[in-house]
Amino acid sequence: MKEKETENKKGISNWIDERLPVFTFINHNLRDYPTPKNLNYFWNFGSLAGVTLVIMIVTGILLAMQYTANTEMAFDSVERIMRDVNNGWLLRYIHMNGASMFFIIVYIHMFRGLYYGSYKYPREILWMLGVVILLLMMATAFMGYVLPWGQMSFWGATVITNLFSAFPVIGDYIVTFLWGGFSVDNPTLTRFFVLHYLLPFAIVGVVALHLVALHQFGSNNPTGIDVKSEGDTIPFHPYYTVKDYLGLGVYLIVFAFLVFFAPNFLGHPDNYIPANPLQTPAHIVPEWYFLPFYAILRAVPDKLLGVLLMFAAVMVLFFLPWLDKHKIRSANFRPFYKQFYWLFFINCIVLGWVGAMPAEGVYVLISRVATLYYFGFFLIIMPFLSKFEKTTDLPSSISAAVISEKFDNNEPSSAESYVK
Amino acid sequence: MLSKLLYLFICFLFLFTVPNGILVKAATSNVDLIQQNWPFNGIFGRFDKASLQRGFKVYSEVCSACHGLRHISYRDLEGIGYSNDEIKVIAGEYEITDGPNDEGEMFTRDAKMSDKFVGPYENDKIARLANNGAYPPDLSLIVKARAGGADYIYSLLNGYKDFPEDFEAGEGMYYNEYYPGNQIAMPPQIEDDIVEFDDGTTATHNQIARDITSFLAWTAEPELESRKSLGVKTLFFLILITIMLLGVKRKVWKNLD
Repeated sequence: MKEKETENKKGISNWIDERLPVFTFINHNLRDYPTPKNLNYFWNFGSLAGVTLVIMIVTGILLAMQYTANTEMAFDSVERIMRDVNNGWLLRYIHMNGASMFFIIVYIHMFRGLYYGSYKYPREILWMLGVVILLLMMATAFMGYVLPWGQMSFWGATVITNLFSAFPVIGDYIVTFLWGGFSVDNPTLTRFFVLHYLLPFAIVGVVALHLVALHQFGSNNPTGIDVKSEGDTIPFHPYYTVKDYLGLGVYLIVFAFLVFFAPNFLGHPDNYIPANPLQTPAHIVPEWYFLPFYAILRAVPDKLLGVLLMFAAVMVLFFLPWLDKHKIRSANFRPFYKQFYWLFFINCIVLGWVGAMPAEGVYVLISRVATLYYFGFFLIIMPFLSKFEKTTDLPSSISAAVISEKFDNNEPSSAESYVK
Repeated sequence: MLSKLLYLFICFLFLFTVPNGILVKAATSNVDLIQQNWPFNGIFGRFDKASLQRGFKVYSEVCSACHGLRHISYRDLEGIGYSNDEIKVIAGEYEITDGPNDEGEMFTRDAKMSDKFVGPYENDKIARLANNGAYPPDLSLIVKARAGGADYIYSLLNGYKDFPEDFEAGEGMYYNEYYPGNQIAMPPQIEDDIVEFDDGTTATHNQIARDITSFLAWTAEPELESRKSLGVKTLFFLILITIMLLGVKRKVWKNLD
């Protein structure tokens, strides 16, 4: 009798797994999953982005239960969440700052990929799916910012949707179509709410594809060298599960600090003024994560060209695997690319900075130079370097790289243990 | 390893401070605000209830003539230390139009605890008409809705000056060095002893400005105290668990050496 029971218990997971291989799947992708042993902390940001997406969806659904998508009531319904709904302020501040955190995480994740050449063969589709996620995130964040129906919500929506009017002939038609009327009004708010609720689930879908594509070849690594033997990898669990948890801990400390002690630090005070179509704010500024693109838009005197360039700034990322055809992935072994890369990084920060400044005087010049470098980096420097750049010596394998790093760090104790 | 974590942390902070510093700078005028050491600032910040009650008195006797507080209910006054009985008395001083009743008529009644603060004007148009075309903004969120927050409101209340000689002033406007454009439609409202505080505090100009600003900081963020105290607990927990995770991570990874 007893024997039969234990056999049955043991059998349940097997019984399920045989018919629906969930346990095999988990084992294969989260436990035994062979991962390069030399990943640094920049490889934490993928899982952090995933966690943030879940946080955003959970808080978002709870907020949607209390929010009213109507121009007459939206602002007050958000204030009701802040004041009268139990822990409503917590939900809203997490959601609001979560958007900023999401972009910080994803931007670092992308700069990681750019530095270590994670977009190169055979991970091109993995990278492109990432760019699709970025685009969906941008659309979602933009529409989410409109929902509280404050001054910046309204005027941000007006400015951005009006960009489409730059297209000849069909421009005005597109804008009317987007608005659902002849100005940003109730139909605009309701459709933005619906899409803001819908798109995150599309993101979840693309994230799933992103993961399937990732697990096809596994993670890239700081050396950019392919995994050559079993000795180059370690199982995902416990090594990277615990490392991801540690990263998550640090991340949540930063996140919590923002939510509890500086919840409006990244926001704009004007968005606590109810939307007023008759009164334009002195400066209309988008959320900080759009500032670099906003700077590119304003750098060009021609409206249509500015709009096209702004879209191109994201679209160019799709073509990265074919713009940079250099065989070596990691910038660690590409002395020239490395310099241009850091310049590009600084350039992006500069673009964000001029994006927040009024479009006048010296700022226009700076934004033009920065825009030029932004595209020059992708369209000229990258193809040029892929042809002519000579690389420094590569380690023979991931394991060899790990060992030499230990020597470089002057840690005789651990180096000795290797020699032994 | 620790240095890597530290480096990461610094990266975060850098990315945070850069954009925001820019935004604030772009939004405020050139004059530096008067910085006050508010008790509600900082991680352990708390409101000074006595100051909030004095500020509420300033609001009721001075500001409420033109400015509403439409997001605040009378019951919320519990948060600044009034008892239910006291709040019923306060609310009872105001009248509200309610209805229709069973006869289909609108009627007026005393405000109840559950009602929102009764505003000074029926609608925006009347408000403008009564104020030389300028609309006195609702004050519930004013501290959050202005760059500089409480310091800005305090500075504004202390910023009235005579017009400089070469300044072209609009009719019925006042000069304020902290207001964007320096021309404000609101006349200076505060002077010494314009209210009499129940707790015996001397009602100096600065005291009144400080108390009303504190009160408005509370109306903008009534959740501030619970937010900060929950924040301290949350951070304590997160830091503790992260330190433990650091230990676990090191132990697990030692197997590889």
